[in-house]
Amino acid sequence: MIHVEHLTKDYGGIEAIRDVDFDVEKGEIVGFLGPNGAGKTTTMKILTGFMPPTSGKAVIDGFNVLEQSIETRQRIGYLAESVPLYGVMTVERFLGFVAEAKGVESKERSREVGRVCEACGLEGVRKRIISHLSKGYRQRVGLAQALISNPPLLILDEPTIGLDPTQIVEIRNLILGLRESHTVLLSSHILPEVSQVCERVIIINKGRIVATDSPRSLQSGRKGGDLIRLEVRGPQSEIARVLTEVPGITNVAQDRGPGEFEVRVEPGKDVRPVIAQQVVNNGWELLEIHRVALSLEDVFVQLVTEEEEGEQS
Amino acid sequence: MKGFLAVYKKEMYSSMASPIFYVTTFIFVGLMGYFFYASVAYYSLVSYQAAQNPYMVSELNLTAAVVRPFFGDMAIVMLFLLPLFTMRLFAEEKKSGTVELLFTLPIRSGGLTLGKYASAVSVFCIMLLGTVPMIVLLGSFGNPDWGVVVSCYLGVLLLASAFISLGMFVSSLTENQIVAAAVSFGTLLFFWLIGWVKSYIQGVPGDVAEYLAILGHLDDLLKGLIDSRDVLYYVLFSLFFCFCTLRTLDSRRWRS
Repeated sequence: MIHVEHLTKDYGGIEAIRDVDFDVEKGEIVGFLGPNGAGKTTTMKILTGFMPPTSGKAVIDGFNVLEQSIETRQRIGYLAESVPLYGVMTVERFLGFVAEAKGVESKERSREVGRVCEACGLEGVRKRIISHLSKGYRQRVGLAQALISNPPLLILDEPTIGLDPTQIVEIRNLILGLRESHTVLLSSHILPEVSQVCERVIIINKGRIVATDSPRSLQSGRKGGDLIRLEVRGPQSEIARVLTEVPGITNVAQDRGPGEFEVRVEPGKDVRPVIAQQVVNNGWELLEIHRVALSLEDVFVQLVTEEEEGEQS
Repeated sequence: MKGFLAVYKKEMYSSMASPIFYVTTFIFVGLMGYFFYASVAYYSLVSYQAAQNPYMVSELNLTAAVVRPFFGDMAIVMLFLLPLFTMRLFAEEKKSGTVELLFTLPIRSGGLTLGKYASAVSVFCIMLLGTVPMIVLLGSFGNPDWGVVVSCYLGVLLLASAFISLGMFVSSLTENQIVAAAVSFGTLLFFWLIGWVKSYIQGVPGDVAEYLAILGHLDDLLKGLIDSRDVLYYVLFSLFFCFCTLRTLDSRRWRS
């Protein structure tokens, strides 16, 4: 659906993105992840045909965004980061304008507006003037606007920013509901959100792609092995000594509080049964044991620091 | 013309919702009312004198004394007001970021340009309707030459179309509405006065300057003479600046 090749954008000497390559298949939900200023928005603006790349090419559904701009724009629903809306219009009128501009037949326009209003929870504010709406509702109007005419590809720049937790869940469910029938590329710097919605994440930093993988395999591929936390009641120093002797354990830390241990394990080994066995055999009380799941934050920090270390050496 | 109607309707709605339209229309109709009163009052004074002095009667002409100056004054008011009116066309969209929406919807630049241009001309026509009661009033008390009235309306409409096309082009160059208004006012004033150099420059350059002068082409129309050269001048002027706007919009594709 999206094919991007050696995309580079130069803002008068400042390189926003450099040599970006990626592909998004039909029906995928892909998250675009990166800190502020990483080049997420720039890439999306190029994909939607709002600005030209300095070099490289982007193809959407077989159409070049630069040369076949109208064809690509017809296939994209775009929610820009700034959520551009006409404040003087009512929600209904604004969505009607977008429907007309997207070439929805006049007979079907009101039905289409009704459909997206329902999908985005806008029925209650259809007659309200957009500039009087709250940030959350404006965000939803922006999303509704992108959904009009049911385009096969949705490009959503920070779709849940400014929403409250309930609204975030609603929008997330809405995006999940588009799975398979639509291709979705969304950007975010909120990592849990991306891991819940996306099958694949593209991590971008300083204008370059750092990693492309599923959230799950990014988490499992941690450097330095897994981390296990356990809480044991018993003689603390004795417990620590026994734990260090367990094969596979590389480090035991005891700095979290009384009775709590943090154990680092060699990659690919699960020593939890062995630990439990040892604790029981010694007559201590095992209160809790679990493997610490690596959050995308950790993955991100890891990837970015790796990158920087690589650059320095 | 993909997107023309959508843009046209949207623009009409935004113009009507904006206070700029109501303020400029109020000022326009108010000033025109004053000019109308002044020329009618002068005309009635002259008529009284003519009653005492019979050989002045042959000099009296309602069309020449009221209709022609009325539309001549209108052109001056338009010079001041229309830049205020066209300044928002693109600058506002750029400033508020809605240009990102417009440029990513499947609307062709041609449809966008013409939609905005046509809506601005339509809104001017609505402003112009405010002057119709004055002319009707004049017709109910006197007997103006209706042919000249029609020709005058055609003239100011052509003049407005030219002003609007230039204002729209300037607005597409900047995101600051004040800059757009100032530059289009200055440029229009220049086109207004360019004919002056005719007296000092001999030959072709002087003729060119005279032909380019935007007001010179209105004179014949205000006299009731519809000359194809004058109509063509305004049409070409409008087309040229609409084309420039189109090129400006398209330039974002290659300018980085």
